[in-house]
Amino acid sequence: MRRWLLTSVIISLFFLAACGERTHPRPVAKGADKPAYGDTLVVGSIGEPSTLIPILASDSASHDVAGLVYNGLVRYDKNLKLEGELAKSWDVSNDGLTITFHLRRGVKWHDGHDFTSRDVLYTYRVTIDPKTPTAYADAFKQVKMAEAPDPYTFRVTYANPFAPALESWAMAILPAHLLEGKDITKSDLSRHPVGTGPYIFKEWVAGQKITLTANPDYWEGRPYIGSYVYRIIPDNSTMFMELKSGGLDLMNLSPVQYQRETTTQQFTARFNKYRYPAFAYAYLGYNLRHPLFRDRRVRQALTSAINKDEIVHGVLLGMGQVAHGPYKPGTWAFNPHIADFEYNPERARRLLTEAGWRDKNSDGILVRNGKPFSFEILTNQGNDLRLRTALIIQQRLRAIGIDVRIRVIEWAAFLSQYVDKGNFQAVLLGWTIGQDPDIFDVWHSSKTAPKELNFIGYKNAEIDRLLEEGRSTFDMEKRRRCYWRIQDILAEDQPYTFLYVPDALPVVNARFHGIEPAPAGITYNLIKWYVPKEEQIYP
Amino acid sequence: MIRYLVRRLLLLIPLFIGITLITFAVIHLAPGEPVEMQIAMNPKVGAEARERLRKFYGLDKPLPVQYGEWLGRLARFDFGRSFSPDNRPVTAKIRERIPITLSLNVIALIIEFGLAIPVGILAAVRRDTWLDKGITVFVFIGFAVPTFWLALLLMYLFGIKLGWLPVSGLHSLGSEGYGSLRWFGDMIRHLILPISVAAFGSLAGLSRYMRSTMLDVLGQDYITTARAKGLPERTVIFRHALRNALLPVVTLLGLSVPGLIGGSVIFETIFAIPGMGQLFYGGVMSRDYPLVMGILVIGAGLTLVGNLLADIGYALADPRIRTGTSGGGSL
Repeated sequence: MRRWLLTSVIISLFFLAACGERTHPRPVAKGADKPAYGDTLVVGSIGEPSTLIPILASDSASHDVAGLVYNGLVRYDKNLKLEGELAKSWDVSNDGLTITFHLRRGVKWHDGHDFTSRDVLYTYRVTIDPKTPTAYADAFKQVKMAEAPDPYTFRVTYANPFAPALESWAMAILPAHLLEGKDITKSDLSRHPVGTGPYIFKEWVAGQKITLTANPDYWEGRPYIGSYVYRIIPDNSTMFMELKSGGLDLMNLSPVQYQRETTTQQFTARFNKYRYPAFAYAYLGYNLRHPLFRDRRVRQALTSAINKDEIVHGVLLGMGQVAHGPYKPGTWAFNPHIADFEYNPERARRLLTEAGWRDKNSDGILVRNGKPFSFEILTNQGNDLRLRTALIIQQRLRAIGIDVRIRVIEWAAFLSQYVDKGNFQAVLLGWTIGQDPDIFDVWHSSKTAPKELNFIGYKNAEIDRLLEEGRSTFDMEKRRRCYWRIQDILAEDQPYTFLYVPDALPVVNARFHGIEPAPAGITYNLIKWYVPKEEQIYP
Repeated sequence: MIRYLVRRLLLLIPLFIGITLITFAVIHLAPGEPVEMQIAMNPKVGAEARERLRKFYGLDKPLPVQYGEWLGRLARFDFGRSFSPDNRPVTAKIRERIPITLSLNVIALIIEFGLAIPVGILAAVRRDTWLDKGITVFVFIGFAVPTFWLALLLMYLFGIKLGWLPVSGLHSLGSEGYGSLRWFGDMIRHLILPISVAAFGSLAGLSRYMRSTMLDVLGQDYITTARAKGLPERTVIFRHALRNALLPVVTLLGLSVPGLIGGSVIFETIFAIPGMGQLFYGGVMSRDYPLVMGILVIGAGLTLVGNLLADIGYALADPRIRTGTSGGGSL
């Protein structure tokens, strides 16, 4: 008897899982679209922050939360232009060596102390202090002299003009009165931060959630949403179910979820989906020290043989766009006229013939000097999109007579055993695209030592010169010319095959109003989001 | 007895040193370094910052020195500070996770034994009937079904379709304001799904074991005798057979005690439960040496203590072990 009961339970479980979603009736107030204070925004995250002292943190979760608690001197606005945050304004001297920040008056730390230039000076000093285990000292090290002539002025002098310098002052400013004279690595602030930002830290339940509450005295105005909860849910499927069951208000969707699992009317009535290019690109990087890839024609042939559109459609389900260079389309550094090698297997074959790969062996693989054209693509474990991209590339290259093997390796081993030792032929990886277009570390020929980021060993004298020029002037027009030229050279040289720029796909519960997608994404104006009184669900 | 005990205790010392050595070697043999995991592929980090971090964590010293320093701290019960950016003491990190994992595991273990034993007995008594076969199929489904898949299906059914149970986590949002009874009830509701899934998955092994020991006992002569005396079947099974059949199962219970502080990664990840499994997994992935070594040493230490207690128990029961001679000779 019991057996039958169980069988029927299992059967009904399948049945229920197969049929459509039950509707959750939700009262929708028509016409009531007035900003109101209150309610809670619950955000889902795969990872838990490690520390809420931003200069010590290197993970994105920590910066997500700390970004709401602290302010920097400057920040990027919705159109990705730098604007003042804690600095009301700044002047750059004519020689580009000195930056003077005029600080905002009347800003208070969450514990009531006044914010002054002393805090900025402290943040600078603790960052460059050799005892501080921070990953962000390098930009500040370019500073020759930092001074605070009065409580609301802060001045830094550089040895050489350094364009990314301005951006480096977006780093969160720490409270000097709580940290000075103490060991920052043992400070209580890492679990109970005190900042100047729109949200005040309230509570951290380890492994579960972090709660922030609105700062009523925030200098830009009190945020409408009363609390912000950062929930840690390590599994993406679980997170998606939490979203549907109402336990979450905001998460990032995968392409499959965006395209296939969130299209029902019940879903679109309860949630708003957003879509814009992410600050990242994926690439196939060739080890230029390897004899196979030294010849530029071979690299051009490989790019010609790969159908990037197919990857965008097959792997990202169209949720992204083809990449031709290292910048995000639509930003000022992005060159819209790059002459990239489009998909053209005929040209690929021709280029390979020119490079001496003529005959084919019995397996149909191209041969030169008796050796078949065969190489291995390495990628890291845990990124399904990259693996699928590699599989598509494998098929395309096989079609023109190149044998590709794919190896997936755990991240730590991937770095230490292969990338750092230059022990690879090609890698399938991604970079995040910084908001400042300086890409010196990835492409300059001085950055090819082990553990440095130009691990493919790319060396081009003109690129070197342009990179140096681009970072040493504040003149945007000059910089633009440098970076546009760099993109032309990279498209000609093909040290990477630039593959795609994925889309960011956030989804937000529809009760949140005031969201205005912009080049910077959606969260730049979080303090202006609100829930109309009638739709608020949390007290 | 005292001499036996002292000898056993003294033997623990080299064993423990061996454990620390293996623990240290295993995690250091894994490719990659904690610093790399934090800053690799970050354009803002230069070689100098890397050296600074390595120095901060003491990774620039030779390995034997690192081992010596760690062992020295360990001798004072200091597990060191985590290599993750928060740099908190390892013991603090473990302490906030242990209660959750321990209580979950204890509840799951009670349910598992509470279900598996009757089911095993039933299967043995009704051997080769449809009931027995049905139970077999059922427990093996539990054994074979991937935990994460079943968990997702149940979450979908009870969390979204029916809306009866919360999907994941341990507490509802705003549960801090609840009265203690309501708070507790809220937590129980959160635990129903994870514990059911855990118990369902582990039913097979134990119930099959119970069934086979029960069958062994039922084949014994004294059971035949009891039946021949005309005792009712209930008495034969519960009075005579069960007691003897339970003994090996109790041993199994003892063996599962060290496992109580270990968590399951998949399971905790799916249900967003911040337990030891996630902590350990995260530690391994980020090469957080002190954390990983701390958890391993504590686990190994508990196993040692468990074994010691078991041995003492045996010694109390069996004089041959106590005196250390096999033929029953005197001291």
